[in-house]
Amino acid sequence: MAAYETLLPVNLITGFLGAGKTTLLQRLLRAPELANTAVLVNEFGEVGLDHLLLEPLDAETVLLQSGCVCCTIRGDLADAIRGLYSKRARGLVPAFDRLAIETTGLADPAPIVATLIAEPVLRHHFRLGSIVTLVDALNGRRQLADQPEAVKQVAVADRLVISKTDLAPPEASAALARELRRINPAAPILDAIADPLLPHELMASDVYDPASKSAEVQRWLAAGIAGAGTEPHRHADEIRAFCLTFEQPLDWTGFGVWLTMLLHVHGQNVLRVKGLLNVLDVAAPVVVHGVQHVVHPPTHLERWPDHDRRSRIVFIVRGLEQAAIERSLAAFHRQNDSGRDAA
Amino acid sequence: MCGLCGVLGAEDHWSDAAARPEAFPPRAGAPGATRRQERQRRIALANRILQHYRLRLGDFEGRSYLLRGATGRQELVPHLAHLWAAAERVAGRPCDPLDEALIAALERR
Repeated sequence: MAAYETLLPVNLITGFLGAGKTTLLQRLLRAPELANTAVLVNEFGEVGLDHLLLEPLDAETVLLQSGCVCCTIRGDLADAIRGLYSKRARGLVPAFDRLAIETTGLADPAPIVATLIAEPVLRHHFRLGSIVTLVDALNGRRQLADQPEAVKQVAVADRLVISKTDLAPPEASAALARELRRINPAAPILDAIADPLLPHELMASDVYDPASKSAEVQRWLAAGIAGAGTEPHRHADEIRAFCLTFEQPLDWTGFGVWLTMLLHVHGQNVLRVKGLLNVLDVAAPVVVHGVQHVVHPPTHLERWPDHDRRSRIVFIVRGLEQAAIERSLAAFHRQNDSGRDAA
Repeated sequence: MCGLCGVLGAEDHWSDAAARPEAFPPRAGAPGATRRQERQRRIALANRILQHYRLRLGDFEGRSYLLRGATGRQELVPHLAHLWAAAERVAGRPCDPLDEALIAALERR
């Protein structure tokens, strides 16, 4: 398999109906650095996309063997991306270097992520890039209160963009921003009207981009630590974010056993996990991140971003207790010495 | 695929460190872990957890794992992603790492 960093990045543009996904894409695709981007859209909306590579999607979903709902493969999506890649290979379309997928408003992003990571053909050619979620300043808070999919779209995002801030009172936008920060402290929040929305910052900066991955990891670690526990939890099923810190280097094999077991049972409620790990016998810090049941192949940073050598893992969870996860990982970690002896 | 027994080779799993030297550059002077060593270590660590459910994991042809239950029931497991679903089927009960009884048992060891 090619090095993960060399695979074609796929950006997801999610957001509820009317949030302005197509308008955002239209704006971004004018930028020269995104000129070689192919686009897949779920439906052609009122706002037209005048882009060189534009393909529609139909709905079809296939459940993976022994998988849950968030581990379904979107058959339509897999077929569409494979078709696009085949045309690229045969020279029927320009050799695009990035793919952007605009989802339907109601789409759960997890099956799309699972399709890219787990589909046997796609995983050798594509990798998941940043997930950009738009939230409408006028209707966002109501949608977050009423629609679980909207909360999930926010929780899995790498970038959050508040749209229509020119149409909403400033206090409504500020309240929405606080709500977004509570659900997902690790993603920067941008204002579609006031901020320039630089294509590179929005789409290209991620943990697999050599130029930006160190800054990206530092940013979400800092945000995750600062955001943890700043708001009281209102009820048991509420989405919350916290950061676990470990003084001792972690055993990677033991961590893999623990995280796969956690995600097997609780993957639907572990919306995001992002960690910078000090791994035993590995010189460089290892970056791990996942969306629900799906964990991306790990990558590493060339050097530690600061003097802190502790492992730090940011979780965004629904209805799970920080103390239980912390105690469980510590109990598994205790087994490592005996595992080393036995191996 | 193994030509003798027809066992399909397992796909990479995200936790396979030996398969990703670019992500896990070994520390200077540290003994380099081979795939085989990593598998043996994974089996040993998983067995520390599985013994709580009276299960035992072993290597199968260096490509898969064989999970055995106390009643003799067994399942072939291609890689770690499939282990816990198989463990629940063979043990006949959930395998939850947040389960208080499991954590307490691990803390006592």
